[in-house]
Amino acid sequence: MAGEGDGEDAELFRDSEQEEEEILTPAQLIAKLEEAWLNEKYSPDLLENKSEIVECVMEQLDHMEQNLQRARKGDLKVTIHRMEMERIRYVLSSYLRSRLQKIERFFPHILEKEKSLLEAAPSCLSPQEFTFAKEYSANCEAFLRGLALRHMPPNLQPLDLLKSVPKPNLDSFVFLTVKERQENILVEPETEDQREYTVDLEEGSQHLMKYKTIAPLVASGAVQLI
Amino acid sequence: MFCEKAIELIRELQRAADGQLPAFNEDGIRQVLEEMKALYEQNQTDVYDRLLRIRSLRWEYGSVLPSGIRFHFAAEETEWFNQYKKSLATYMRSIGGEGGLDITQDMKPPKSLFIEVRCLKDYGEYEIDDGTTVLLKKNSQHFMPRWKCEQLIRQGVLEHVLS
Repeated sequence: MAGEGDGEDAELFRDSEQEEEEILTPAQLIAKLEEAWLNEKYSPDLLENKSEIVECVMEQLDHMEQNLQRARKGDLKVTIHRMEMERIRYVLSSYLRSRLQKIERFFPHILEKEKSLLEAAPSCLSPQEFTFAKEYSANCEAFLRGLALRHMPPNLQPLDLLKSVPKPNLDSFVFLTVKERQENILVEPETEDQREYTVDLEEGSQHLMKYKTIAPLVASGAVQLI
Repeated sequence: MFCEKAIELIRELQRAADGQLPAFNEDGIRQVLEEMKALYEQNQTDVYDRLLRIRSLRWEYGSVLPSGIRFHFAAEETEWFNQYKKSLATYMRSIGGEGGLDITQDMKPPKSLFIEVRCLKDYGEYEIDDGTTVLLKKNSQHFMPRWKCEQLIRQGVLEHVLS
């Protein structure tokens, strides 16, 4: 009896350990970073933040730097690793820049969305991005108020940022490649005399579609923007 | 022509004999207010446009702007710029967990590891990654790691020599 119980417990323990240990290899991690980078680059909207990937990549870069410090100077491996580090740093920086640019561009709408998020819903912004967005918003408002006090006559309406700052254009077209087969995607008509129709997206195929149509598929990873 | 209607209304009032009140020109007033609104909105757009350009200066030049440019800022714009670069610095420091990442560097995909640069003005000593320092004197040429040169190239201190 005691033996069986022990065996079962041991197996349960092993299972949960295995689940936690699903760590990506460095190559897989960088592939995930590149996917996130491309999606963010080509999407008109701010996508869900991938801070876990960012943190892991930063750790990866630290490891590589430490390895390089220990290596012999002039070793060819050093040059190659440096190039790889530069490439990774470029992709990571570009990814974060893409996000920051969108946050600055659409800040009233992004902050409004954050306010109305339900308890368990994932935030688009990382905590650091959220802080940045709030500071950026406060900064812009202070700027406009300062100017208004100095220059504008009092009978004119104060600027409503939520109304005057344009929203992301979800109708813009994007190129995508299909990773997981999708069936019956509803495509809305462009003109009045067209009717809505459905398409099946075959794995590996490429398409040019309205971002709005496939937005949830980007979030789930079923398609990749290119 | 802007303000024509407004001037017309004022003249109308002035032309009326002392004490007499001309009929309330509702149409005229409405036109003037519409003009004011259009001017106001255009002005808002221009003001916002300037702000966007100021923002891109931080990314082009770095956190210290050449004095010639700073001279053109309104007081509110200077304040905005200072707050912006503080915010940006806080954000960049917080990336990853330790030390952060300067995302105003690495603006272009890396092509080669080292590049040939010529110094356009006297800059002084500049430390490269492995601890060695380089003396950046006007007209001197160096073969340096590309990532160290990026910002100096944008600031006009160094020039990429393409042979």
